[in-house]
Amino acid sequence: MTASDAIAVTRAVEAVLRQDRGRLLAALIARLRDFQLAEDALQEAAISALTHWGRSGMPASPQGWLLRVALRKAIDRLRSSQRDARKTADLSHLAVDEAAEDTADDIPDDRLRLIFTCCHPALDAKSRVALTLRSIAGLSTPEIARAFLDAEPTMGQRLSRAKAKIAAAGIPYAVPSPEDWPDRLQSVLAVIYLIYNAGYSMGPQAEASSHRDLCAEAIFLTRLLVQLRPDDPEIEGCLALLLLTQSRAPARHDAEGITIPLAEQDRRLWDRTAFDEGLALIHRAMDRRSPGPYQIKAAIAACHMADPGPDWPQIAALFTRLLDFEPTPVVRLNRAVAVAEAGDLSRALDEVSDLATTLSEYQPFHAARADLLARAGQGARARAAYDRAIALAPSAADAAFLIRRRDSQPI
Amino acid sequence: MQYMLLIYSDPALEPAYGTPEFKEMMGGYFKLNEVMKADGTLRGGEGLQGVETATCVRLRQGKVETMDGPFATTKEHLGGYYIVDVPDLDAALKYAAMIPSVAYGTVEVRPLMDYNPNGN
Repeated sequence: MTASDAIAVTRAVEAVLRQDRGRLLAALIARLRDFQLAEDALQEAAISALTHWGRSGMPASPQGWLLRVALRKAIDRLRSSQRDARKTADLSHLAVDEAAEDTADDIPDDRLRLIFTCCHPALDAKSRVALTLRSIAGLSTPEIARAFLDAEPTMGQRLSRAKAKIAAAGIPYAVPSPEDWPDRLQSVLAVIYLIYNAGYSMGPQAEASSHRDLCAEAIFLTRLLVQLRPDDPEIEGCLALLLLTQSRAPARHDAEGITIPLAEQDRRLWDRTAFDEGLALIHRAMDRRSPGPYQIKAAIAACHMADPGPDWPQIAALFTRLLDFEPTPVVRLNRAVAVAEAGDLSRALDEVSDLATTLSEYQPFHAARADLLARAGQGARARAAYDRAIALAPSAADAAFLIRRRDSQPI
Repeated sequence: MQYMLLIYSDPALEPAYGTPEFKEMMGGYFKLNEVMKADGTLRGGEGLQGVETATCVRLRQGKVETMDGPFATTKEHLGGYYIVDVPDLDAALKYAAMIPSVAYGTVEVRPLMDYNPNGN
């Protein structure tokens, strides 16, 4: 094999895994019932592929080849560990049908089970995010560590601990029953939303670095959910929300990378394809007449982007509806902002001051309060609130925007 | 798999004996026992007397030390437990959520150690 052949084979293996790692892993876990063993076996199969595919050419179904070899590797491992422990369990249920030439279409798609396992509420939130990115989206541990500003060994330990807990605590590898579906789906969507937000808050600095685009990963995961479980209005609502938010990305920062608020964005820069798809999705979801928090948030996003400007009374009404599902101070804050925009500034300021204690560490609270105070002509109090918002700002782009606002306040 | 459901609560927050709330709580426990028995999943379970009856023992430098009081001085105490035999964590969590004390305390769900995983 020449050097260029070797590179071509490496690329081919990487391409198959990038596309189908989640699917292969899900199929392996379904048979092996062991997360770590499945990952290790797939890794070993990928290494074998580099030699075999280089020697004998690409198999007809690379996915089927990887699955068969990985299963064989896993069985070898199980046999040798059992010899050591003088145990004999029946492995026949794992037997690999050597004659079968699986094609990618024959591999059962177990990714929905895998997603629900990775997002199980018995795992802590950060581990759910990391495990989903690793197992379903196929990010490497170093990529996940970089995205969440963790040291690589720390992220590696987090992933190992999570996989160990899945095995030891008996977290099921199953799609939840219909009665548990709504709650458990919210847990899955929350993970996807966290991934999207992590990408969003990195801002334009992420594009310049070697970060994987987490916004794109979140959209990929949601599209996968739509494909695996069509006709669920909350999944459609979540995809609509992400697409509508993402469609504004080209207009979100100025040439210096400073955040431009929605009201001041050049609407011609919005991505029409993503916007139209998002809008169509939210309409389709709401026609199913089974409202939920993601549908409401997507509807709010759509109202923000209405032509020629945001429909604030409708947005305030939607936030009131959202409080039925999420009675949180953050939703109350957002409603207050919408109430102010709809024209009732004094009621908005009253609502915001009620939230001062609970949201004292929440950056958007101070940014929103500063803005309302500025509009009410309370310059000195507005400046103090801007100072607090700037100190807590998640990105340099946001801080720069707030500094500009603060410095325009009359003293 | 077998799980222990450990019931922690703050006695100050529990309904007082003789009140309708107390009756309702006990009714909830009786009902749960019946459900578990009907499902064939109950392997054991007991309630504990209050922490004022607790005594701790440890061996230090070959000497047994005996102390009055519970192991940890927290507001929430271990008040009882169940052991259930169910297929997976989700099934155990379902029972945990049916324990009346979850309304004011916390139930910790822990798999029991399996000393013989292959059943030999």
